Amino acid sequence: MSADQDGANLLEVRGLTKIFGTLTACDHVDLNIAKGEIHALLGENGAGKSTLVKMLFGSLEPNSGEIFWNGQAVRITSPGTAKKLGIGMVFQHFSLFEALTAAENIALSLDDGSPISTIAAKARALSYSYGLPLDPLSLVGDLSVGERQRIEIIRCLLQTPQLIILDEPTSVLTPQEADKLFETLERLRSEGKSILYISHRLEEVKRICDRATVLRHGKVVGHCNPRQETASSLARMMVGNEVLAVVRAPAEGIETAPVLLQIRELTRKPATPFSIPLRNINLEVRAGEVIGIAGVAGNGQGEFFESVSGEVLQQDAGSVRIRGKDAGGLTITGRRLMGAAFVPEERLGHGAAPRMKLSENLLLSRHATDGKMFVGAGGMVKGDAIHTAAQRIIKAMDVRKSAPDPEAAALSGGNLQKFIVGRELDRRPSVLVVNQPTWGVDAGAAAHIRQALIELARSGSAVLVISQDLDELFEISDAITVMHNGELSKPLPIAEATFEKIGLLMGGAEPGHAEHTLETA
Amino acid sequence: MDITVNILLTIATAATPLLIAAIGELVVERSGVLNLGVEGMMIMGAVGGFGAGYLTGSPWIGLLAAVTMGAVFSLLFAVMTLSLATNQVATGLSLTLLGLGLSGMMGTNFVGQPGERLPNLDIPGLTAIPVVGRLLFGQDPIFYISIALTAAVMWFLFKTRTGLTLRSIGDSHASAHALGIHVIRYRYLSVIFGGACAGLAGGHLSLVYTPQWVENMTAGRGWIALALVVFASWRPWRVLAGAYIFGAIWVGQLHVQAINLQDFVDAPWLLYKLIAFLKSFPSQLLSSLPYLATVVVLVLISRNKRLTMMNTPASLGQPFVPDR
Repeated sequence: MSADQDGANLLEVRGLTKIFGTLTACDHVDLNIAKGEIHALLGENGAGKSTLVKMLFGSLEPNSGEIFWNGQAVRITSPGTAKKLGIGMVFQHFSLFEALTAAENIALSLDDGSPISTIAAKARALSYSYGLPLDPLSLVGDLSVGERQRIEIIRCLLQTPQLIILDEPTSVLTPQEADKLFETLERLRSEGKSILYISHRLEEVKRICDRATVLRHGKVVGHCNPRQETASSLARMMVGNEVLAVVRAPAEGIETAPVLLQIRELTRKPATPFSIPLRNINLEVRAGEVIGIAGVAGNGQGEFFESVSGEVLQQDAGSVRIRGKDAGGLTITGRRLMGAAFVPEERLGHGAAPRMKLSENLLLSRHATDGKMFVGAGGMVKGDAIHTAAQRIIKAMDVRKSAPDPEAAALSGGNLQKFIVGRELDRRPSVLVVNQPTWGVDAGAAAHIRQALIELARSGSAVLVISQDLDELFEISDAITVMHNGELSKPLPIAEATFEKIGLLMGGAEPGHAEHTLETA
Repeated sequence: MDITVNILLTIATAATPLLIAAIGELVVERSGVLNLGVEGMMIMGAVGGFGAGYLTGSPWIGLLAAVTMGAVFSLLFAVMTLSLATNQVATGLSLTLLGLGLSGMMGTNFVGQPGERLPNLDIPGLTAIPVVGRLLFGQDPIFYISIALTAAVMWFLFKTRTGLTLRSIGDSHASAHALGIHVIRYRYLSVIFGGACAGLAGGHLSLVYTPQWVENMTAGRGWIALALVVFASWRPWRVLAGAYIFGAIWVGQLHVQAINLQDFVDAPWLLYKLIAFLKSFPSQLLSSLPYLATVVVLVLISRNKRLTMMNTPASLGQPFVPDR
């Protein structure tokens, strides 16, 4: 397994080490990337993938180790240096500016002085030729996660890099979009470009990657040819032991179970000129079942979640009913008090306050529902009780952290997500609504979260999962429905659902922004 | 007619220092830095400008000294908040306190001395044109600088790539850093530009407005400039509008307080009634009118939430420490 067989190495990394305080995030990592190959970087959350990639892109400075670019020793001291060498990056936590348009965002990373209109035209052309439609004049703040990622990819491609680093690129794409991305990547490979591909989706890695480097606890534990491995052997290498397969016991007697969450003729006008209206949505979730909502990013899922969770109140109180009572006019706290729990899409800034400790985040979301437990006489906070509960959640969900009670932002994405989901599960809610439960979460953590969702449902709760990950929905749902352009299809029982059927429901045409605005105008 | 021209000229003189200081602070805040030291930098500009003009006998050297003084003084803030990542609010406040005290000490020997005044523009033929001549071609040089500066900042922020980069840093310094933009360097330059502007605004006070040195002569104008930036939702032309609305009402209420109602018995009925109405208010209320009116007008023109969202620098006031 030597890269030398493949010809010249574009990038060679020897003994790269990065130490944060007492934590060695990357420990003498070696990595070779040949010209014209797609190289996978595999590893669980916290394995050091992001740290390694940040050092390659110049955002972090290594403590020791060497980097060779085309055989020359180089020091990558800033992202600017990386870009000059020809390294492009698509970030997992996007590096976009919300108050600027897509075209302005792209312009910022290009060094030429061409006018924005030229860049917008170029970006539009490139995005359509790669099958990732993009309206360059839309404001990033109005775009969904999937659409933002398109901007990142297009921005990276416009820099014509030699090496493209993609951090979890398909987490928010539909199978069709992912296929298009793979075509793009294969086209880039045939043009002689190299790609460093970070993903938790092992099937994908098997499908498109030529070689793989596996990291565990900051160390390289192996190189392999993913095509000769199975998904479970790759997972074993990553995690160090077997990944639990998600077990879904058949749901029984659901037809007669009470409806715990009911959506009746839910309608919402678009909040901004770019967003999607909700059109007459009806849905029932019964005790004991998991219902999955599939759909391409930006089809109204976010708007739907906001309406159901109470972030946005409805005119018609009966449009959202929890345990048989009208809840449409209630706030999040009001709905929580009725026994519902919600996990939003964005972990940082929405699901958790980034600069606050885990225990403080716990108190923030549960001070009303668990008032007696956490808040004592005269509004004094019961530190011990909160601490105990936080530790219970951390243990139950296997949250890995570097300090006893760290800030939310200090946790890796997957571990924070486990904590946020665990925080809601800990309440044993009778209704749970989750938006993108495992976005950017590794295989081990994702399996853990999925299993926990199924178990909650089987213990008699109604669980509604909004996800762009079809594999996930097929794994956990009892029925799947599709959201397209603000409308919800009839739920399809899992026994009748196939990828093809769901794919068709997701809509033949690509729902780009231009079409939405035309329709809503 | 002459009275009207004179009033308009006073309005411009009152608005100019506010406009310059606010435009400078707008650039600083667009880059994501909140410098509450405007008042301090302004008074340092005022004392530096007066001192240099008085000692050399040249108001032009005074002008240059005012700008330099403001810029150098802001450098102190930049080193503290950008290199040492101190709290911007606290550092800005202490800059104001330091400026007020330091200028008083530096200006002890200037009190009561006659200062140099920057000459008004005088273009033969043009300045003599009735009414518009003096308004357009007969004002002090800093007035023209203030207008040019507003236009230039507008063009820079919204039409140039560097301006776009500056705005992006104000929106998210972490994202900008990830793209390889030199966040700290941009912010240094912005803060120094803001300091130079505040110094120039101070120079206007001691070289044009009242060419003498009086301790505390900025009299809260730095704070008004700061408020203008926020109420104008970080847009240059609104800062201009705000500064002039403030200037106009301020000058207007001064006139109302000073005049004698009896002199207007022969004036048109409506004007007489209006003056009588205004004079019926206590003077304190009249003095607060400019502040109230500016806030109301700027709030009314900032009703578009979307535009406000687009123009508010999201990382304003947050210290930035790149992780290495």
